Amino acid sequence: MAEWWQEGAFWLFALIMVFSALRVVTTGNVIHAALYLVGTLLGAAAMFVLLFAEFLAWAQVLVYVGAIVVLMLFGLMLTRAPIGKGKFDNDQRWLAALCAAALFGVTSYILVDAFDGEEISFTRTVGITAEDVGDVIFSVYVLPFEVVSVLLLAALVGAVVIARRDR
Amino acid sequence: MWLVPLLPILSFFAILFFGKRLRNRGHMFGIAAIGIGFVLSLIAFIELATGRAAVEKAWTWFEFAHGESLHLEFGMHYDFLTGVMFLVVTTISLLVHIYSTGYMLDDDRYTIFFAFLSLFTGSMLLMVIANNLLMLFVGWELVGICSYFLIGHWWEEKENSSAAIKAVITNRVGDVGMLFGIFALFVATGTFNIEAINNLAHEGELGGTILTAGGLLLFAGVVSKSAQFPLYVWLPDAMAGPTPVSALIHAATMVVAGIYLVARMFLVFEAAPVVLDVVAIIASITMLLAAGLALVQDDIKRVLAYSTVSQLAYMTAALGVGAYTAGVFHLFTHAFFKALLFLGAGSVIHAAHSNNMSDMGGLKEHMPHTFRTFIIGSLGLAGIFPLAGFFSKDEIIGGALRSASELGRASSWVVLIAATVTAFLTALYMTRAVIKTFWGTYRGQGHPHESPGSMVTPLWVLAFGTITVGFLGFPVIGPFKSWINVPGEAHHDFEALYNLILPIGATVVAVLAIWIGIQFFYRERWRLDILGGPFGWIYRFVANKYYLDDFYLKGIVRPIQYPVARATYWTNQKVLDGAVNGVAIATVALSKPTYDVLDQQVIDFAVNGAAGLTGYSGGLLRYMQSGNVQRYAAVLFAAVAVFVALFALT
Amino acid sequence: MPISYFLVLSALLFSIGVYGVLARQNAVLVLLSIELMLNSVNINLVAFAAQFGENGVGGQIFALFIIAVAAAEVGVGLAIVILIFRNRQSVDIDEMSLMKW
Repeated sequence: MAEWWQEGAFWLFALIMVFSALRVVTTGNVIHAALYLVGTLLGAAAMFVLLFAEFLAWAQVLVYVGAIVVLMLFGLMLTRAPIGKGKFDNDQRWLAALCAAALFGVTSYILVDAFDGEEISFTRTVGITAEDVGDVIFSVYVLPFEVVSVLLLAALVGAVVIARRDR
Repeated sequence: MWLVPLLPILSFFAILFFGKRLRNRGHMFGIAAIGIGFVLSLIAFIELATGRAAVEKAWTWFEFAHGESLHLEFGMHYDFLTGVMFLVVTTISLLVHIYSTGYMLDDDRYTIFFAFLSLFTGSMLLMVIANNLLMLFVGWELVGICSYFLIGHWWEEKENSSAAIKAVITNRVGDVGMLFGIFALFVATGTFNIEAINNLAHEGELGGTILTAGGLLLFAGVVSKSAQFPLYVWLPDAMAGPTPVSALIHAATMVVAGIYLVARMFLVFEAAPVVLDVVAIIASITMLLAAGLALVQDDIKRVLAYSTVSQLAYMTAALGVGAYTAGVFHLFTHAFFKALLFLGAGSVIHAAHSNNMSDMGGLKEHMPHTFRTFIIGSLGLAGIFPLAGFFSKDEIIGGALRSASELGRASSWVVLIAATVTAFLTALYMTRAVIKTFWGTYRGQGHPHESPGSMVTPLWVLAFGTITVGFLGFPVIGPFKSWINVPGEAHHDFEALYNLILPIGATVVAVLAIWIGIQFFYRERWRLDILGGPFGWIYRFVANKYYLDDFYLKGIVRPIQYPVARATYWTNQKVLDGAVNGVAIATVALSKPTYDVLDQQVIDFAVNGAAGLTGYSGGLLRYMQSGNVQRYAAVLFAAVAVFVALFALT
Repeated sequence: MPISYFLVLSALLFSIGVYGVLARQNAVLVLLSIELMLNSVNINLVAFAAQFGENGVGGQIFALFIIAVAAAEVGVGLAIVILIFRNRQSVDIDEMSLMKW
């Protein structure tokens, strides 16, 4: 009974995501592009919820939407992004389109070919909550976790160093 | 055994390369090499004499069609004849080497002299040990060339180099004949191997004409190399070389190469009696002629040179009448006393600084050793008992007698008469020489003194040899006869002494000659006024060497030298140079259009085109390096797409 | 629900992201497109996790790490862009072609 719900939700959010993504790459206004990205990201978060990844969905919203997009906006501001419409696509549009289309065709074909018929069962009961995720992170994947922490630290320091004004 | 010729040849090279730097200036190599060779020869000869069989060894050098048509060998053959020759060559060469260390002491080209001495000895030995005609010819020619170098050792004097050239060219004439003789024999027998040819000739397998032709042609080589009539003219002039050279080459070794050849190929000669007759006649003519010439020379070396010619004729005549053993024995003994005489002459020349006897005289007080040994040598040459020459000469005369009387060969009578007369003359001219040199008062310049030990010692050694060697050939008792393997049935071992008249007669003749000589020259009695009067023309005729030399020079050499040479020069200038120049001009003419068309247009087009193409394609390709990161990324993603597709499909 | 829906969606988003990387002129927009691509990958991973994982968290953990890395990358990337802007007064990628012939 719940299936048509989920499928319907899927289609809805999928549509939103694709539309937003398309607008990201085609709009003439950079601020709008960033905002469209927000849309895509929120759609992704919804997907995550649909796929039993609640913690991940919240993490997505917090980090991606909250931090990264804001960072982008700051970047746009600091680089004097033009307000309003402008030309933002370069000369190799058609080549890029071709490339993207090819890529899409190939990958989707492969994926469908490989995984056609597999079904996701929506009767999962474990591995959904944050508790479950935390459990696994700090037991099985603790090393990558620590490494990622170091990475973030390095990135932080690096970014500061790079963008520092030379006095 | 092959070491014996090899060592001196190696020594030649060693001296050539290292000699100048050595303290003793290189003569040690030569002396060592030949000393060892001498010892080896002695050993081998003794072995041979005590019953060991002759050695023959051959290595194939060249084969055409697997020996069917041509088989060239590089081999050696050692029998008694070879053994005797080895001994002669090594002994005399060794002594000459030692002598030369004294004689050539002040010479600037001391080292090369010794080098050539070594080479010469080596080639002579090579020739003697050869088992086939080609190798023999190689040694023959090498010996001739060494003779050229050695005669012309003091080539700063024009006449020395002329003499050397004369020697070579005269030899060449004979060599051509010899080569054709070798070829004739090859055509007849199909092989160069000496033993094979001899056997075939002996068995009578070869046709008469070609055999005679081959024999005569071979003899032509003998005539030139061993200075027989009419090709003896080089030998007197060859005295221009240093005396040790004369002693070695022109007394004992090279000139006997011809005799060796006849002895070696004796069966071939025997099978063609015509050839033997020719040999005998020519030998007789030569011996008389040469003896006459020796009588009127002033230069002491020339006396000895003509004497050599005469004695060589003796040996040739011996072979010509079939007295094989006698001939070889005379070769053996003659080597000793002639070398002795030459070295003695060298000693005298060294003291008097002149070759001419008119500059000498009274040397018997000043040079006692030389004097005594020279006397011994002269007596040996004259054939006085008991010195070596007596035995060998007698055997020859006896052989001639036997051949004439018992075998009835006409040519042998000629030989007999000639040999006897020559014996007389020999004693006569030697007496003259001895008297003029050693008696009377000294007519020359400076103060003559005895020569150093290095020169006198070989003299005494040879004198000793002269005295003793004769006994080897002592009739009946002497072992020489049994050693010499007289080939085939040619056991013309003329036991010369069953006829006692002969040796006594010969001795009488010699003593008579000596007595006449003493009277004539020493006491100067009976001096016929020979320069004028009816006998004058005889004297002039003989003194001018029978005008033979003049005939050669004006009749043969000059006509060739001038007109022919000039014609050749003209041909060279006009025809040959014209052809060469013409080719050059044509090449230049051809090259211009080639340059214009071919090079400029065609080739340059290709080259420039290639360059242009490269530039053009480079111009296209440079867009790949746009520096635009997105462009790069585009390419990257496209490639990813392609790869994935490929991956999926396969 | 067949998993291929999610997969195709992911592929589509990825391709759109590729287009954006290749075609956009502003450097910041390129970064945005990169984020898009990363997201699509996340969806892919989580879909697989839901499908195959027994307790379903392996893929999610992976996706979590990807988010973290993405954050780091954006930080550094923007720092670079700002630096470039400071030096060249422009973030037009077409003008940053010093590495050409």
